[in-house]
Amino acid sequence: MSDVTSERAPRQMPNFMRRLDPAVTTAFACIILLLAFGSFYSTSFLSPEYLLQQLKVASFLGVIATGMMIVILLGQIDLSVPWSVAVGGMMACAAAAFGPTGEAFAIPFGIACGMAIGVVNGFGVAYLRIPSMIITLATNAVAQGLMVVYTGGFSPQDSATAAMRYLATGDLLPGIPNAVIIWAIVGAAAVFALTRTTFGRSVYGIGNRERAAYLSGVNTRRIVLVAFIVSGGLSALGGVLLAGYASKAAQSMGDAYLLPSIAAVVLGGTSILGGRGRYLGTVAGVILITLLQSILAVMQMPEAGRQITYGIVILLMLLLYGRAPASR
Amino acid sequence: MNEWRYWFAEQKATLTAFGIFLLMFVIYTANHPAGFTANVVQTAANKGVLLAFVAMAQTLVVITAGIDLSVGMIFILTNCLASWLVLGTPLETTFGVIAVLGAGLACGALNGAIVIYGRLQPIVTTIATGAIFFGIALLLRPFPGGSVNEDLADALTGRLFGLVPTSLVALAAVVLVVWVPFTRSVYGRAAYASGSSEIAAYMSGMPIRRAKFLAYTLAGLLASVGGLFLTFFTYTGEAALASGNAYTLFSIAAVVLGGVSLFGGKGSVIGAIFGALAFRTIGDLLFVFDLDPLWQPLFQGVVLLIAVSFGAFGLFRVRNRLEWFG
Repeated sequence: MSDVTSERAPRQMPNFMRRLDPAVTTAFACIILLLAFGSFYSTSFLSPEYLLQQLKVASFLGVIATGMMIVILLGQIDLSVPWSVAVGGMMACAAAAFGPTGEAFAIPFGIACGMAIGVVNGFGVAYLRIPSMIITLATNAVAQGLMVVYTGGFSPQDSATAAMRYLATGDLLPGIPNAVIIWAIVGAAAVFALTRTTFGRSVYGIGNRERAAYLSGVNTRRIVLVAFIVSGGLSALGGVLLAGYASKAAQSMGDAYLLPSIAAVVLGGTSILGGRGRYLGTVAGVILITLLQSILAVMQMPEAGRQITYGIVILLMLLLYGRAPASR
Repeated sequence: MNEWRYWFAEQKATLTAFGIFLLMFVIYTANHPAGFTANVVQTAANKGVLLAFVAMAQTLVVITAGIDLSVGMIFILTNCLASWLVLGTPLETTFGVIAVLGAGLACGALNGAIVIYGRLQPIVTTIATGAIFFGIALLLRPFPGGSVNEDLADALTGRLFGLVPTSLVALAAVVLVVWVPFTRSVYGRAAYASGSSEIAAYMSGMPIRRAKFLAYTLAGLLASVGGLFLTFFTYTGEAALASGNAYTLFSIAAVVLGGVSLFGGKGSVIGAIFGALAFRTIGDLLFVFDLDPLWQPLFQGVVLLIAVSFGAFGLFRVRNRLEWFG
């Protein structure tokens, strides 16, 4: 856990020290609380191996939450995450079945399929002005329908390529899993794009007031389209990594990522109305959610209890600092 | 004459939904091997009514420009609850039904309280409460099972005078008891007003907070009526995640088909009911045309995608591009 903060420290630290974001501070405080609580249950909770393992699991969610964060910064939401993840994993595995050429193109193909879903979402939101939660629910249903037809209702038999498995489970640098490195690269790219490019400025601008951004000459529709494509692509990348981790894709592999990815972004202090939020918060949110899941698993909480705890924790944290202003 | 034209303009969306439903139902029965018989109508009604109740619930919230992504989970939760409580002697069954409806009301009130008094966004709130409701449903029914008072179940899923499906009568009764008083009250008007312009409604001194709270609460109640009927049809309770998600999704599709504006302030429960019946019939068309059931999810998804895209036609009437950003 401390690895991630130090990784991002050079860029974030001075800013972070000057004005402590209450949401990010709360999220990190909760992480420390969870770690302390977890160490009561088991002494191995604070061991480097366990923490690194948690970080590896967190990196799948981290990649997916990065795309979700960009969309939420626009003031929109992407509810097509579950089947974008599944499509990414399944299509990459499907491509792997087509011999060596297929294996070489498996990962780009999976990501491209996710981006295609993003194109439909982005086109609907930006050009047809359909509310994002509706159009993304609809594309989610269509993606599910396509996959059901493709697989015949069963889990696909194709397995992940060696490259996918290496990305998800191998370690290029000794001791640091590749998945974590991918998350770090995706995260660094996101931080750069959000803080140092016109794209990032436009995203925050649109999230604050789309009308003003449009009048300032921002091509708002193109920015929204690109943001949804990025979100679809990152969800699919998450799916590719997950398929590599489990060495095959499954029908419902993405279902467990919708609520956590929204929760991670929102718990990290990004306003659900858009225009406000920093990537460091999302990192904190992702780690917080992963640790919470892990502790609930260690406590051998059944699925029912996990769902309830999840919902309650998210609601409580949001009530603490995610409320809309009282005045109208 | 003029009066009539106003009425027509107001009801256009509802009438369109009714037209779509009628067209689909005619195609459906014309191609059904058994044809237009009381049995076919009864089966279709029983399937359609479930979605109609959930769509009604969604409509109440959508009218206030909100959204309830937990309706499907309230539906599942009350189904599981009913499979424990709606049993035994007539008196016990009555108390069971009241308890189930009360649970639905409580779920809706929780959503309403968090959204209105907690000032959180409806989407995130209802996704989170949906997880809680599903968790409780799983606690109640880790495995599918349970039973229900079969006399009551058969009475409510059968036919009245051998002709009219009882479920349709029950649907009409719920509309009369819940929807008609709601729209005629100050709160109903305030719900519409806050959906079309919250600032204007606030400035006019309308009770928008209480109206929205009532809309969310009644949505919970209507979803629980749906859950009760699901138990009557299946005789069991099951905490099925996929089913809950599907009902939430289909309720939005039904609402859109029924001409209820997702931006709030426009549409009626009657439209949503016909939207729900039409959506169910469209889904079942695949069966009468003997297509592979594997195609059904894709088909329903495409119908939903097309339905929501129709809302975009308003864009062609926009004169000033700034209106895009409403």
